[in-house]
Amino acid sequence: MLTFFMNRLPRNKVAQGAVLSVINVPRSALEMPTIEKQEATSEEVEMPWNVVVHNDPVNLMSYVTMVFERVFGYPRERAEKHMLEVHHHGRSILWSGLRERAELYVQQLHGYLLLATVEKVG
Amino acid sequence: MEICRQNEALEIRELDPFLAELLRQIPESAQPKDSPAAEERLFSPPAALEEKVLCAEWKLYVVPELRRLFQSATETVRADLQQLRCTDKPFANCTLRIPMAHADAWLSALNQARLAIAATYQFSEHELCDHYRSPLGSRRDLSLFQVNFYGFLQEFILREMEGNA
Repeated sequence: MLTFFMNRLPRNKVAQGAVLSVINVPRSALEMPTIEKQEATSEEVEMPWNVVVHNDPVNLMSYVTMVFERVFGYPRERAEKHMLEVHHHGRSILWSGLRERAELYVQQLHGYLLLATVEKVG
Repeated sequence: MEICRQNEALEIRELDPFLAELLRQIPESAQPKDSPAAEERLFSPPAALEEKVLCAEWKLYVVPELRRLFQSATETVRADLQQLRCTDKPFANCTLRIPMAHADAWLSALNQARLAIAATYQFSEHELCDHYRSPLGSRRDLSLFQVNFYGFLQEFILREMEGNA
């Protein structure tokens, strides 16, 4: 699980440069590897993600409410409001914020067998 | 059949052989081996399919962990169901005692079973809400009854958990 979340952290260009300067070997002696850059822009990193729960006709309304209370720590009224939104409109945004946290919430919701996804805002 | 709370346990009394058999089927129903639809529902993708990297990593790292979580719940339920092994009088009514400490495992296993059965038979929302449907004329009807019976048990467990909080 840790690997899953570590893999999702943005790559750090500064750290790559630091490694090259610490090792005291002439640059000409090294066969430079091809570095595949896969960097996230600061905009991508900061862009919030939504945790969305989708309707399914099998999960009980009381069960879904209990899951929202447990996972997000919402009070009963708020949890019920989201549950009813899922029921009537097919989906509800339960939480917005950093991607890693959103993925963690979705994993917890899947543990309770709810249909949940992360979605980029915008 | 009668369900009641007895100290730190739920008791299902006067379970007739038919309902006892439905309960015995929870672990098998929760982990169907030959139903891609059930597999897809129990392990649904975490994002739109365009998020290919996320979906692939999810399958690799998260799905095995979810599988272990679900398996652990069904094993707890399977152990509780050992009480229903009526040896001397196979057609007698019996009693099942579920410790409240196992309530979460039962909720999970019942939910797995309901979702897997509903996905396998592709029950519509209308069918799932039709609580007056009877009699049991086919395997499909029986499965729908199973989904509703398990749902009734879930409701009861939830109510008792709430009373406990």
